[in-house]
Amino acid sequence: MEAHAAQHPAATRSRPLRLPRVGAGLGRGLVVLWLSVIVLLPLAALLDESLSQGLAHFWSQVTTPQAKSALALILVCSLIVVAINAVFGTIVAWLLVRDDFPGKSFVNAIIDLPFALPTIVASLILIELWGKNSPVGIDIALSRTAIVVALCFVTLPFVVRAVQPLLMEMDRDMEEAAASLGAGGLTVFRRIIFPNLLPGLAAGVALAFARALGEYGSVLLFAGGTKNTTVASILIGQQIESGNESGAAAISIVLLAMALVCLFLITLIQRWGTRHERAQGAGAGGLVVAAEDEERE
Amino acid sequence: MGISVEGANKSFGDFQALDDVSIEVPDGSLTALLGPSGSGKSTLLRAIAGLETLDSGRVLIDGEDVSKKPTQKREVGFVFQHYAAFKHMTVFENVGFGLKIRKWKKEQVRARVHELLNLVQLHGLADRYPSQLSGGQRQRMALARALAVEPQVLLLDEPFGALDAKVRKDLRTWLRRLHEEMNVTTIFVTHDQEEAMDVAGQLVVMNKGRVEQSGSADDLYDKPANEFVMSFVGEVNRLGDNFVRPHDIEVVRDRDDSTEEAMVQRIVALGFEIRVEFVLGDGTEVWAQLTRGELQRLELEEGEIAYLRPVHAKSFNGSAPPDPQGASTPPGPTDGGDAEVSAAA
Repeated sequence: MEAHAAQHPAATRSRPLRLPRVGAGLGRGLVVLWLSVIVLLPLAALLDESLSQGLAHFWSQVTTPQAKSALALILVCSLIVVAINAVFGTIVAWLLVRDDFPGKSFVNAIIDLPFALPTIVASLILIELWGKNSPVGIDIALSRTAIVVALCFVTLPFVVRAVQPLLMEMDRDMEEAAASLGAGGLTVFRRIIFPNLLPGLAAGVALAFARALGEYGSVLLFAGGTKNTTVASILIGQQIESGNESGAAAISIVLLAMALVCLFLITLIQRWGTRHERAQGAGAGGLVVAAEDEERE
Repeated sequence: MGISVEGANKSFGDFQALDDVSIEVPDGSLTALLGPSGSGKSTLLRAIAGLETLDSGRVLIDGEDVSKKPTQKREVGFVFQHYAAFKHMTVFENVGFGLKIRKWKKEQVRARVHELLNLVQLHGLADRYPSQLSGGQRQRMALARALAVEPQVLLLDEPFGALDAKVRKDLRTWLRRLHEEMNVTTIFVTHDQEEAMDVAGQLVVMNKGRVEQSGSADDLYDKPANEFVMSFVGEVNRLGDNFVRPHDIEVVRDRDDSTEEAMVQRIVALGFEIRVEFVLGDGTEVWAQLTRGELQRLELEEGEIAYLRPVHAKSFNGSAPPDPQGASTPPGPTDGGDAEVSAAA
């Protein structure tokens, strides 16, 4: 149908069967061109830069103690953050969909705030509350905890927004049917609700993970980039400042690889989670592109 | 297991879904809750299942008050209008769900599920997902799932409502036979009076949260307690204060004291049945149901004058709602409000 709309009306009348092909071909060409300019070419340039001084150099750049510790730190922190997000994001989405409480629409509106805020503003907010002059007397600035808090803050909306629509569309009858068959509340959640949320949860986790891996601004200000809190993105920044562009590119490539592995695993989970929809041709293809864009931010 | 509901009340905000409803469902019966949408029939069914909590009143299953019991402890099989299939599970897993919860052994589950799939004629589809089944197949799967755990009672909420007419007819017959075989007390909700009369032995007619009348199909059709029941369980013409079914209007060519003059407006042939629409002198529109033979004998044409003689007209003292207790009283000769008259006013 889309192809039809794009056609020349006069041509449609004479050769209605051939034109959709041209339309589709044109569409595909545009997509490939756009993706190339925006995604593939820069990626290729990055890869080229990272390997400009040979594989051995690449390897030595990503295995320096600094690089190893920065990569390990961001990986561990990101995993902790997505685990926290998976649980709390689901709870938040649950409350927003299933519960009725005063101020619900306000809460719903501020969920996106951490995402919408410039990360530098986010880190200022965090420093005000949890920094040296903390009104609650808790100072976690410049610590590894600060990394996790900052990442939790900026990735909060991903899981919530991915799970929310699935919860809204979920067929309540399924839960009632399970209850009538003898399933208690916990069983209903585990066997009925959770499997149906899994694809959305996986998508949200993937986006949050990709975002966390590359987060720069909020982590830099709040956690400081001290010896103990230098994550990969900050190290890349330092390398660029000190003129080691190939080193920066090499670490970037490793980050990119981590994100890709994550997306691949998530896609597998999604495929498994939506196996019952496969017969109808539904897929999880859209996620990969979206998440890759996110990663490049 | 017999089911009784006593003095059930339920409101959703300002809307009173159930208004002092009492019903009695005998052990092993197949009962239909019949009514227009918003009549409270689904709410009543869901209250029996424990999917709704009553504001007041009691639900008894086999004499035991289950009002406080949660759904999962009531041992009811529930079938939903839109199947409520567990879409992430195969047909096999759907049907075996209740058994798995009850911690049945794997081989036992397998045997029981296959037994049920045979019963609902879905053998061979065990590994499909619900999305790969037709509506009728999904509903049969849902039924097998509900029956797998051997419920005390089977509750069906408009089970055929989402299916097309042909499938609906097949499933009706099939449900009736299934009930004869399994003999589990069954209540099903429908807004389709034909379906209710076809399938159920006992009907409970509901309207605006109240039970209007309960009884067998014949009782309701021949001795309706009020205007609502009369018009809900079949076609009806209104002549002044009297009501008459279209097949109870005799059409003649000669006038006498018991007839009323009418003009033929339209003759519609619906196969064997002929629908003849008349307009009376006072403008009232009436239709009569004739057979093909009767029509030929009368030689009626549109625009001609004929004479109508209502043979079983009923009047209901005004149109006051019936005594709510009528709900739980056994069907039988109804109160004095139901007087038969032989001619239209």
